[in-house]
Amino acid sequence: MTTEELPLVKALNAGLRKALADDPKVLLMGEDIGPLGGVFRVTEGLQAEFGVKRVFDTPLAESGIVGTAIGLAMRGYRPVCEIQFDGFIFPAFDQITTQLAKMTARHEGKVPMPVVIRVPYGGHIGAVEHHQESPEAYFAHTAGLRLVSPSTPNDAYWMIQEAIASQDPVMFFEPKSRYWHKGPVDFSSSPSPLHSSRVVREGTEVTVVGHGAMINVLLQAAELAAAEGTSLEVIDLRSLSPIDYEPIIASVQKTGRLVVASEAPGFVSISSEIAATVTERAFYSLESPVLRVTGFDTPFPPAKLETSYLPDADRILEAVDRALAY
Amino acid sequence: MIQLLSADGKLASDAASAEYIPYIEALSDDQLRQFHRDMVITRRFDLEATNLQRQGQLALWPPSQGQEAAQVGSARASRQQDHIFPSYREHSIAMIRGLDIIEVVRVMRGVSNGGWDPATNNNFHLYTLVLGSQALHATGYAMGVSLDGATATGDPDRDEAVMVYFGDGATSQGDVSEALVFAASFQAPTLFFLQNNQWAISVPVSVQSRVPLYLRAGGFGVPGIQIDGNDVLASYAVTRRYLDEARSGGGPRMIEAMTYRMGAHTTSDDPTKYRHDKDVDEWALKDPIIRYEKYLRGRGESDAFFTETAQEAEDFAADMRARTLELGPPSPDDFFDTVYTEQHPVTAAQKIWLAEYEASFGSES
Repeated sequence: MTTEELPLVKALNAGLRKALADDPKVLLMGEDIGPLGGVFRVTEGLQAEFGVKRVFDTPLAESGIVGTAIGLAMRGYRPVCEIQFDGFIFPAFDQITTQLAKMTARHEGKVPMPVVIRVPYGGHIGAVEHHQESPEAYFAHTAGLRLVSPSTPNDAYWMIQEAIASQDPVMFFEPKSRYWHKGPVDFSSSPSPLHSSRVVREGTEVTVVGHGAMINVLLQAAELAAAEGTSLEVIDLRSLSPIDYEPIIASVQKTGRLVVASEAPGFVSISSEIAATVTERAFYSLESPVLRVTGFDTPFPPAKLETSYLPDADRILEAVDRALAY
Repeated sequence: MIQLLSADGKLASDAASAEYIPYIEALSDDQLRQFHRDMVITRRFDLEATNLQRQGQLALWPPSQGQEAAQVGSARASRQQDHIFPSYREHSIAMIRGLDIIEVVRVMRGVSNGGWDPATNNNFHLYTLVLGSQALHATGYAMGVSLDGATATGDPDRDEAVMVYFGDGATSQGDVSEALVFAASFQAPTLFFLQNNQWAISVPVSVQSRVPLYLRAGGFGVPGIQIDGNDVLASYAVTRRYLDEARSGGGPRMIEAMTYRMGAHTTSDDPTKYRHDKDVDEWALKDPIIRYEKYLRGRGESDAFFTETAQEAEDFAADMRARTLELGPPSPDDFFDTVYTEQHPVTAAQKIWLAEYEASFGSES
């Protein structure tokens, strides 16, 4: 059997297992990833299978995790670091942006940095402060890093392996609210290029773009819109840096309208970047301004307010209506 | 504090220091002479580079004057297979490890942000400007050495160790503490070599720490020791021993070398605003080169050797000056091409855009 129904967390686990088995230089490191298997169980069973030299718990220090991963990469290893939660990544911000991102350029291209940093991110899990954030824009702003985010178990399985195979540092954003949702994983397919976006539902009237857990919201919105007679085309970015614009531009040339959605705050965001670029590249195809539907420009709120903060299908459809009103 | 050479150039006799004397006795006359050559050439080169900055040929220069003994002794104690992670003032160490010092000049001239490959330069890694960051890189590297089984086999000529240089200011950075935690936790073969030059730009070490810094190592479970950093023999002997202990499976070590930054922090600094000439004059009496010259003369070294070395230093500086003036600007294409190892659409497109934009001006410029 080459296709199996798996939750995203198990697909990631299978992808990591495959990477560990294929290349003895691949290492997994982070907090609680050993016997516990990570707080989300992404690495469950991998230390038992590959040993404490390949899969190991680190001291509780995010800068230390990324900083030592850089040294391991210099030695020829391919470290895969787990950051426990989105909001805990900032102690490592300096090592990621000042060191990891610039190390290859600093060496004038002579030293690759094949480091993967896995980051469970986003809301919808009702957790306390620092556990539901979407910090991807901070890193997308920094040259030298690549950013990707799978939305489905199949992408999770393949994209983690592609990220590990990359010679450049990859920030791998995992939509944690989707960890336990199942989907088909085709173990025999050949994967899409890591930095490609994809049309996941075809439509004709408005293009809606997002990534990670937002894809599920966009698909719900498209379903509701279809029931009311409006046709949405849904595009999964998959890669946040670089962004694969071709499918987006092609879609906008067809629909003439674009709504960009994300859980992250909208100010200086992936969403603003897409809005600006599509305006530059497809200006004459646009029938309305590119609209953004994002988290608010506030801290992520206490969990009891998260349904007001996070864009849901209704907020997507409100923006679709505004776009169509032009 | 371990001190092997007194201010008048005599070998010390106290018990703690005496156990290091065999490391010195094992050195040949040529090796002993080499320490002097290293220090003198570095000082002369360092002065030339400072002058080049004053003449507008370098963007910046961080002088190493006063710290030659700490650097030369420790670098000469490293073995060929060791990896060295410097901060940004380790000019003599770069040269001892075989790096063409013009590579460092390129960085300070604004030609490159680094540029050399440690793998083809005797494992001498790039200068790091954000303080303390390199302590984690060195520790991670040493963890990799352990994973490879390339250390602690019992063969000191093959077993690898990693030495990282940092200063008293950097000890306040979280990354240095995290590096000590990781190195201890994984028993990585890392030697933390702290040059305490008393000043973090204008802030004295008393603001960084209320205890001697080498005592901090113990709190991490790492053996630490304090040495006279202006004593090249102490720096050599203690580093030799600590590196060999680390490479033999003993885990990380830390050395605090007490020295003094005789010059400015960098050519952009003005030390007259924050420190007294009197203090500088006192440290001048402990000058590492004068002290070591007394030692060598006491062993019967000839005037001719010192004269020849001084001339060698002059020639080295003149050669470096000439080569500096020949360094042209880097290529923007190369800069775009090296941000990523694999093809990247954004840098590729911007490279083409910039080339076309600049070409659009034709030959009018």
